[in-house]
Amino acid sequence: MSAKPQVAFYWCASCGGCEEAVVDLAEDILKVVEAVDIVLWPVAMDFKKADIEARPDKSITVAFINGAVRTSEQEEWARLLRRKSQVVVSFGACANMGGIPALANQFRREDLLKYIYEDGPGVDNPAKTRPQASSQDEGRTLSLPELRNVVRSLDQVIDVEFYLPGCPPTPKLIMAAVQALLSGQLPPKGTVLSPDHALCEECARKDSKPVDLALAAFKRPHQIQIDPEKCLLAQGLVCMGPATRAGCEAVCPAGNMPCTGCFGPSSRVKDQGAKFISSVFSNIVPKEAKEIDAVLDGVPDPIGTFYRYGLSKCILRRKLN
Amino acid sequence: MAEQKEHQNGIPRIGFYICHCGSNIASIIDVEDVRKYVATLPGVVVSRDYKYMCSDPGQELIAQDIREHKLERLVVSACSPNLHEETFRNAAAKGGLNSFYFQMVNIREHASWVHEDKAAATRKAKDLARAAVYRVRFHQALEKRKVPVDPNVLVVGGGIAGIHAALTLANAGKKVTLVEREATIGGHMALFDKTFPTMDCAACILTPKMSAVKSHPNITLWTYSEVEKVEGYVGNYKVSVKRKPRYVNEDLCVGCMACIDACVFKEPKFPDKFNQGLGKRKPVYIDFPQATPKVVLIDPATCIQMKTGKCKKSCADACDRKAFDFNQQPELKEIQVGTIVLATGFKTYDAKRDALYGYGRYPGVFTALEIERLVNASGPTLGDVVLRDGRHPKAVGIIHCVGSRDEKTNKWCSRVCCMYSLKLAHLIKEHSGAEVYNFYIDMRTPGKGYEEFYDKLLAEGVHFIRGRVAEVTDWAMTPEEQGKLVLRVEDTLAGFVRRIPVDMVVLATGMEAQADAGEVRHKFNIGCGSEGFFQERHPKLAPVNTFTDGIFIAGACQGPRDIPDTVAQAGAAAAEALVLIDAGHVELEPNTAHVVEEECCGCKSCVPLCPYSAITLDEAKKKAVINEVLCKGCGTCVAACPSGSIRQNLFEDDEIFSEIEGVLAQ
Repeated sequence: MSAKPQVAFYWCASCGGCEEAVVDLAEDILKVVEAVDIVLWPVAMDFKKADIEARPDKSITVAFINGAVRTSEQEEWARLLRRKSQVVVSFGACANMGGIPALANQFRREDLLKYIYEDGPGVDNPAKTRPQASSQDEGRTLSLPELRNVVRSLDQVIDVEFYLPGCPPTPKLIMAAVQALLSGQLPPKGTVLSPDHALCEECARKDSKPVDLALAAFKRPHQIQIDPEKCLLAQGLVCMGPATRAGCEAVCPAGNMPCTGCFGPSSRVKDQGAKFISSVFSNIVPKEAKEIDAVLDGVPDPIGTFYRYGLSKCILRRKLN
Repeated sequence: MAEQKEHQNGIPRIGFYICHCGSNIASIIDVEDVRKYVATLPGVVVSRDYKYMCSDPGQELIAQDIREHKLERLVVSACSPNLHEETFRNAAAKGGLNSFYFQMVNIREHASWVHEDKAAATRKAKDLARAAVYRVRFHQALEKRKVPVDPNVLVVGGGIAGIHAALTLANAGKKVTLVEREATIGGHMALFDKTFPTMDCAACILTPKMSAVKSHPNITLWTYSEVEKVEGYVGNYKVSVKRKPRYVNEDLCVGCMACIDACVFKEPKFPDKFNQGLGKRKPVYIDFPQATPKVVLIDPATCIQMKTGKCKKSCADACDRKAFDFNQQPELKEIQVGTIVLATGFKTYDAKRDALYGYGRYPGVFTALEIERLVNASGPTLGDVVLRDGRHPKAVGIIHCVGSRDEKTNKWCSRVCCMYSLKLAHLIKEHSGAEVYNFYIDMRTPGKGYEEFYDKLLAEGVHFIRGRVAEVTDWAMTPEEQGKLVLRVEDTLAGFVRRIPVDMVVLATGMEAQADAGEVRHKFNIGCGSEGFFQERHPKLAPVNTFTDGIFIAGACQGPRDIPDTVAQAGAAAAEALVLIDAGHVELEPNTAHVVEEECCGCKSCVPLCPYSAITLDEAKKKAVINEVLCKGCGTCVAACPSGSIRQNLFEDDEIFSEIEGVLAQ
């Protein structure tokens, strides 16, 4: 067995962006490859589940797992990697908080399946066939992963040591995490490997945020000419910066787009969306219900806006019926 | 009865006590069952029930247990924390435990008093106790803070309430600033001729007190002035007062009134506000001869010099003290006080709102306040009761409850209208000999000597008709009604509709909150009820306190009341202020919020939200800072801090979440 640390990368319900982020390390990736042995990386290399199952428990030094968990297969992989790894890093917004896939928690599973396989405008399925966990074909039994009722974050399925935030995590944070892991200088378990204060701290626009936002209307980025220097909230845009953990160096505001909250909340906040709502909506001008409603109309998709990445971690978990 | 058990690892040792409150709690809640149940919860080493936990033996029981069983946390299930939280905090301290290692559970107001199902109420008591047991583990040792109380007092409003409060405080040796927005103190009482039921001359009993205010060495009197801004907190208020320009130097004028005689207007020409517009005044005027301070002022809206700058200014020439200053500017003064008494009074209902009574349409219809001036010996007619056309009325109808007890306008009873209507009935009859009719819904005379006064009026031959007047009209149906005002009313005692022709109608208008009461209450950060009157802290037990410590209310700003009640309340407000001043300091609850500096990103979200202006941004550090003395612990900033960097004592996240977990656990 090699003396180098053994590293696994795995993806659950994700878009592949987190894998890209690893590749995005550019030449730094060579340092990583030099320092470690990659034992699993489905996006880039050919490994089989049996290879991992055959390994002794705890033989993987660290597993980086991205994506939310919403199928039985993802659950199995998460548990398998947990068993085989000394350290599991929850990698990226979906693994940390459910991410975009967790927006499905607004709907019942039955409604989702019905729409996707029966009612959707692009569907032609008169027999109303749906994927089955187990089916027969020419005498053989075929199986598919089962879609769970609720989309979960990784730490709602297995125990996790560390978190790398972001959609995706930035190369800088990934490198810092890898170096910390390799050097063995580990922070306390449960730490999110990013500074524990709000993004505004890193934002070049911070000083232009007025004391009283006095928001009279919310705008969406395509509706206005965005001032490249002024606080985005002050321009009426929903910028999640105040309720979002720092660490990305405010890349989106620097690119003239509001923060959408992918780094999740600070360690002191349980529910990022609720926190943001409680904060920013305290700063709106109208005091009468009707006028308040008019302001709220400026946010046509509140859950998709305030819980874009965090619905699995919302105190209200999912739609029941 | 008690359960006791050994210490459990890791969890603080908790003592639980449930009070029977006689039968208040125990008759609905099975206290023994709760006691036995709580004994099984993690960390609970002592669980007792007792007839009266708040009694001396009850408190001693707690103190003794703390020492004997080395209790580290305390939960008492009893009545409202409003009543006995302090009691049990003291019991904890007596046992040597920090007072804030304690959580109180209200199972009386929240359970036994509001439920009939004994089993369900007992279950609820267990749930609430469990929530407290889960929560109290996370409590931290806290200390109350002491801040000194500035002995100076601000009294706002110079009516009889403000006058009495100011004099009481000044006589006790405290320095008082009395701020009145009109040119003279005296308020509504200064308008009255007599006061019910003793028929004392209002001026005779009021003006000596007004002079006393003016001459008192401990009182600074600022009339024609308004409070602009209030900052600070109990014991330490900073108040800005705007002194409006009189265009006459108050320190030089002696009130000789030579200037008024010398005014280029030979005759008074402009409606006299003090006399409810029934008389006329000149641009330079004084409200009434006993006005305090006795200083003239100029109305810039009518004065030729003020309007055009082209007047010969004969008034100024007539002043041998050279008191006139046509360029006087508003002046902003700042004072420091520890306590504030608000006595901002009331306004009368606008009689025009009851269109069917014809006020403003028929010259024969008057408000009660106008009649007060007409019957007043120093009023515009020197006490002669005359109609606007100079005729003497032969019959007068007084309509009670105008703008009171009315679903369409004000639902409340104004408390004084029955009595002042009786007074006016007597005075009108005395001054004019007219027949007087009172139209009332119910006669309300609850007060010392009030019912006797009513009896006297009945004997005097004043007519009383029980019924709400439907309409005042000049449409005559008979020759006798020609040229008269006719009151249409259902006489509910006689049982038929009557038409009563009179020459003069008096509308007994009710009392309302001042038009700017809403603004004032925001300025002083106190509450008001739905009808606009200032909210007392407790209707029975703290009638002159407000929810803002150090700010007290007296008189009709809190609700309709008569002079005796107003004066009593003013005295009470003064006494409450003296309590704080003589104690010398106040203890502040430690349930305040604080910013964790290294966590704060300086996003400023919290700054504008604080209702007490306790949060500022430290410009150098770019961090929010909470002035803990100003903080009332409302939690607004804690909830709003988007990065969770503001924390609040007694409301830490782990305390709240474990409490929720506790109440929901099975």
